[in-house]
Amino acid sequence: MQQREFRLYKLAFLLPGLLILLAIILFPLLFTIRVSLSGWDAIVPGLDWAGVRNYAGVFADARFWQSLGRLSLMAVGTVLIQYVLGFALALLVWRDIRFRRLWRVLFLIPMMTTPVIMSVIWRTIFHESLGPANDLLGFIGLGPYPWLTSAGWAVASVMLVEIWQWTPFMFLLLLAGLISLPREPFLAAAIDGAGPIRTFFNVTFPLLAPVSIGAIIIRLIEASKLMETVYVLTSGGPGTATETTGYYIYIRGLRDFQIGYAAALSITYLVIMIVLLTIVAKLLVRVFVGGKTA
Amino acid sequence: MKSLKYILVVLWGAFVVTPLLWALTTSFKTANAVTGGPTYIPYLQYEPSLAGWRSLFGGAGGIDIAKPYIDSLVVTLSATAISLVLGTLAAYGLSRFTYKAGFVKNADLVFFFISQRIMPPIVLSIPFFLLLQFLNLLDTKIGLVLVYIALLLPIAVWIMVDFFDGVPRAIDEMAMLDGCSPFEAFRRVVLPNSLPGILVAGMFCLIFGWNDFFFAFTLTFTDTQLLPVAVVALNSSVTPWWSLSASALVSVAPLILIAFFVERLLSRGTLAGAIR
Repeated sequence: MQQREFRLYKLAFLLPGLLILLAIILFPLLFTIRVSLSGWDAIVPGLDWAGVRNYAGVFADARFWQSLGRLSLMAVGTVLIQYVLGFALALLVWRDIRFRRLWRVLFLIPMMTTPVIMSVIWRTIFHESLGPANDLLGFIGLGPYPWLTSAGWAVASVMLVEIWQWTPFMFLLLLAGLISLPREPFLAAAIDGAGPIRTFFNVTFPLLAPVSIGAIIIRLIEASKLMETVYVLTSGGPGTATETTGYYIYIRGLRDFQIGYAAALSITYLVIMIVLLTIVAKLLVRVFVGGKTA
Repeated sequence: MKSLKYILVVLWGAFVVTPLLWALTTSFKTANAVTGGPTYIPYLQYEPSLAGWRSLFGGAGGIDIAKPYIDSLVVTLSATAISLVLGTLAAYGLSRFTYKAGFVKNADLVFFFISQRIMPPIVLSIPFFLLLQFLNLLDTKIGLVLVYIALLLPIAVWIMVDFFDGVPRAIDEMAMLDGCSPFEAFRRVVLPNSLPGILVAGMFCLIFGWNDFFFAFTLTFTDTQLLPVAVVALNSSVTPWWSLSASALVSVAPLILIAFFVERLLSRGTLAGAIR
């Protein structure tokens, strides 16, 4: 085939998708950077030039940095719990168990449901006098707890909902990984007389390291955007106890209409997230692969 | 040991179904049954009523679900279809050919697609708002479809690149030796062998499209209203719990069916090839 014709084919495959994505994402993003250098707000809308004034404001904005710390704790906390639970559940329904397929379907369901819609349902569950959470725990002598009205409990409630929603995602990836594992290493371990615990730490866990890293990173990326659950469950409250960075920027930008300042917050948030997630990804590879392959 | 296993799966299973069962029983309650405190079993603990379910079709105190349902279906399905087509093409190119423009190579291009997932919705919402305003597409389905393509295309590219990497190159090379153009080789030989990958990519697109709330919430107002926005609009201090529960169940039902489908792919081992 002609060299030129081949080049055309190559581009025809890639370009439609690439150009559309560039148009939808890159230009708006560049525009946000420009907006972040303006004083655009509800009183004076428009692209004037404010220099780095907004960024200086972000630097001194304690509420922003607190929201970032809170977000990091909640994201890392929920993702770790999701990973441990998802791994345990995947191991439980991996092999010999009755009604295996039923359990698998059941454990997948939460990730299919719309997070905000389920959060509205969770809000009725957490209702202190009319919801079932306190009622059911009362049967075993616990509670009542102030699910959404005390700072600590509100954070725990948001995390609980996130764990309910997204543990299935970890479960799905890890179970898919388990199912695709070769049999030989397990036979070898059995011949060596390794018990289930040693088999897990010497065979299963190392073999699933790549899947584990991938699953944890994907979930961390998604968890770093946490805001919808917060919006529905607590609106960031009580006070600012559950206010995540996304939710804080939402208040500043789309409620108070400080567009310029919210854009500066957004860009700062994005840059910090990219840096943190890259570092975490590198660390994870080191933790899981360790000195074994390097 | 063995019974411990069953105790654990039953416990987690109970945790998983609790919110759904609670919504189911609440959807049959009346105002009196709700304010009387938490009850679970109809007839025994409260007198069931169909008021919540009737409210879905224009009854009092709820939302008319038909229009948002259709809007959600149209937007999600269109965005999924377009993302799958564009994503599959791009992924095939990235898997089979070498691209080079300056320092940008294939791996960088793949990374560019995938990295879009890092973008928090809030960061994009302000420029999207202004962009759609400029294009006169605020509060329209077309505007939302555009935005959702940006969300779903990375997922489609990601899954399909991995998938195509697993399809032997020999099959398209054979087709091209037989005189097919690269596009014909792709369409006639590679595509028919890639259905499992496309299915998985399509399911993930459907899940993320159908379940989005934030963009639908910030970019549409009255003419277009998607399901999650319509349902969340019921969330207030005087929430009619029965209509809320009924509309929530109706909204999440179609994707719960996908869980059965995913399990089937998973147990057959198809997913392992598609997600890595």
